[in-house]
Amino acid sequence: MAKLQLSVSPHIHSGRSTRRIMLDVILALLPTTVAGVWLFGWRALALVAVCVLSCVLFEALFCVVMKKTQTVEDLSAIVTGLLLGLNLSVNLPIWQAVVGSAFAIIVVKCLFGGLGCNFVNPAITARVFMLIAFGSMVKQAFPVGVDAVSGATPLTEIASGNVPSLSDLFLGRIGGAIGEVCSLAILLGGVYLIVRRVITWHIPVAMIGSTFLFTFLWNGMDVMVAIASILSGGLLLGAIFMATDYVTSPTTGWGKIIFGAGAGLITVLIRLFGNYPEGVSFAILLMNILTPYIDSWTSHKLFGGAKA
Amino acid sequence: MAFSLHGVRTPHRKHTVGQQVFRLPVPKTVTLPTVMHIGKPATPVVKVGDHVDVGTLIAEQNGPISSPVYASVSGKITKISDLTLSGGTKAPAITIESDGAMTTADTVVPPVIDSAEDLVEAIRMSGIVGLGGAGFPTYVKFKTDFSKIQELVVNGAECEPYITSDSVTMTERSEEMAVAFRAMERHFGIRKIVIGIENNKPAAVASMRKLAEADSCISIRVLPAKYPQGGEKVLVYHTTGKIIPEGKLPADVGCIVCNCTTVAAIGNYLMTGMPLVEKCVTVDGAMVRKPGNVWVPIGTALSAVFEACGGLKGDPAKVLYGGPMMGLTVPDLSVPILKNTNAILALSDKEAKLPPTTACIRCGACTNHCPFGINPAAIALAYAKKDGEALSKLGVNLCMSCGSCSFGCPANRPLVQTNQLAKIFLREEKAKENK
Repeated sequence: MAKLQLSVSPHIHSGRSTRRIMLDVILALLPTTVAGVWLFGWRALALVAVCVLSCVLFEALFCVVMKKTQTVEDLSAIVTGLLLGLNLSVNLPIWQAVVGSAFAIIVVKCLFGGLGCNFVNPAITARVFMLIAFGSMVKQAFPVGVDAVSGATPLTEIASGNVPSLSDLFLGRIGGAIGEVCSLAILLGGVYLIVRRVITWHIPVAMIGSTFLFTFLWNGMDVMVAIASILSGGLLLGAIFMATDYVTSPTTGWGKIIFGAGAGLITVLIRLFGNYPEGVSFAILLMNILTPYIDSWTSHKLFGGAKA
Repeated sequence: MAFSLHGVRTPHRKHTVGQQVFRLPVPKTVTLPTVMHIGKPATPVVKVGDHVDVGTLIAEQNGPISSPVYASVSGKITKISDLTLSGGTKAPAITIESDGAMTTADTVVPPVIDSAEDLVEAIRMSGIVGLGGAGFPTYVKFKTDFSKIQELVVNGAECEPYITSDSVTMTERSEEMAVAFRAMERHFGIRKIVIGIENNKPAAVASMRKLAEADSCISIRVLPAKYPQGGEKVLVYHTTGKIIPEGKLPADVGCIVCNCTTVAAIGNYLMTGMPLVEKCVTVDGAMVRKPGNVWVPIGTALSAVFEACGGLKGDPAKVLYGGPMMGLTVPDLSVPILKNTNAILALSDKEAKLPPTTACIRCGACTNHCPFGINPAAIALAYAKKDGEALSKLGVNLCMSCGSCSFGCPANRPLVQTNQLAKIFLREEKAKENK
């Protein structure tokens, strides 16, 4: 008889895996990727593909050069590349996308120890880096066939009281990054992630809710402006796909609510008073840094704990 | 404050429920370890060559936390030698060669119970230990001040996958349970008995409801089928609303917790005087040809039990004592059925296959699944730094090793193991301090 395996319990597993979770995120991002390519043309696809390929390549290279276990098969580099690409303007030079990917993977992720060890979200941080280094995200591109009013983004239009129609906002006939214009596609992906239990409702609802609330209060209780503000800019993509990154967000329900609400508030503050028209990336980045503190304030109460 | 205790939805795999329970043919030999309980090994009182009958005392209790061992077949003692048990401990084990007659010993007579002391003594003499799997000598729990006990909580949750032997107890041995309950009510003055059962066992619930109809002290609490519903603290909270603090026992909050099969065994001893010599064991796993529940003399080798269930389909990957969430792997099939064995599982490669361990992605599944709200990922970090203060603050000593964290971890991190190592580390630190 063959030798019996000896091991400690438990001897069965739920079957959940990091790889499957990443695959679900990739699947959830497909609608918005397709919508982005549909709206912005083939260059959008090229840009996203360049980001994905360079992210995977840089991670693979890093592992080889540093003689570490190869980790690209966990698919997390694809997620980072996809998110970065979808956060870029369609007219961005290809070389800038490659530099951004290198920054996301090598500086933000791998140098801190790889998946699970980065304290800020790689795609978000790379986007902020590119914004500061190249100033490239400021000039928003418009989908093919959409009337661009001298480069005005929806957010600046809203600020000047010129609210786009709801159907334009939902279907993505507004200016913005490749993956952030079509609200419908993003929401579709969000529903998929919640149904698959990859994410919970806490962060998206808190972040979108607080952005809505603060915009509503500031803009003289105008519901239309508040709705337009949550459907434009990078809010939906950020709230559903970037703020929910496990590694850089709190683990408990209340922690997630604080994280999301804080990110929403910072988004509104930057949109209203900052130099940049958009504040989602900065907001998530700042909340990433606060995550360890939020975690320590909101850990579960111990059942029957010594001091309970 | 109110807690909502988390857990995991494990697969049920209770294939053996409702199947005919059968009795194992008398085995050729049985090997009875002197330690089948938590506590000191019992002391052998027989020598090689002695003849014993079913129910003859072969090893007597040694110290206050210990339990006597009785012969489970009639025949001749052929060997008394050390045996290494699954937990890694070594203790003498007594081997009996069966004469096939299964003669009952003359010493087996129903005990006369006139007082609470008599009842505790009877439970002690019966050799009964916690049959849910813990193996703690049962009589110790009942050596208590009953004026401070409000209720007896009976564990019929049976939340581990595969296992159905407690279901068999509840559906087929309710008369024995009733006898034990009546004796406890009369002599211990217990006025409230709560039986907690998961809602995936309708037959057991129906059978226990009948008991409750006949006895106003008994009530049934049907609980959601969510692992680890049968964890002692979880069960007490869900049946009585009481929280057992860290390092305390159920008795400290006025409860006694007893597994349903333990109760039935007590009833059986009160009725017949036959000590604990046989166990109903669930035999399952993909490698078993005919899974089922079998009455087995304690000490029978696992190989003989599998043989009686149609044999194995091939080489199993793992063989377990108990369920897949908390069970122990065995090194080979010669190991015996113990007093507290409620199931033996022969798992196929497919069943035993676990995903590879990858990096922690801080998803929080572990802490969100932990019934007590412990954060195993944070414990792993604190343990890596050997930070004792952080470990106690994180409540690692609350961990009952239920395995919910590891089960749900997408990176399949060894979280239960780290918790155990951290607990040992804390204990050693404390011992050093006290020196």
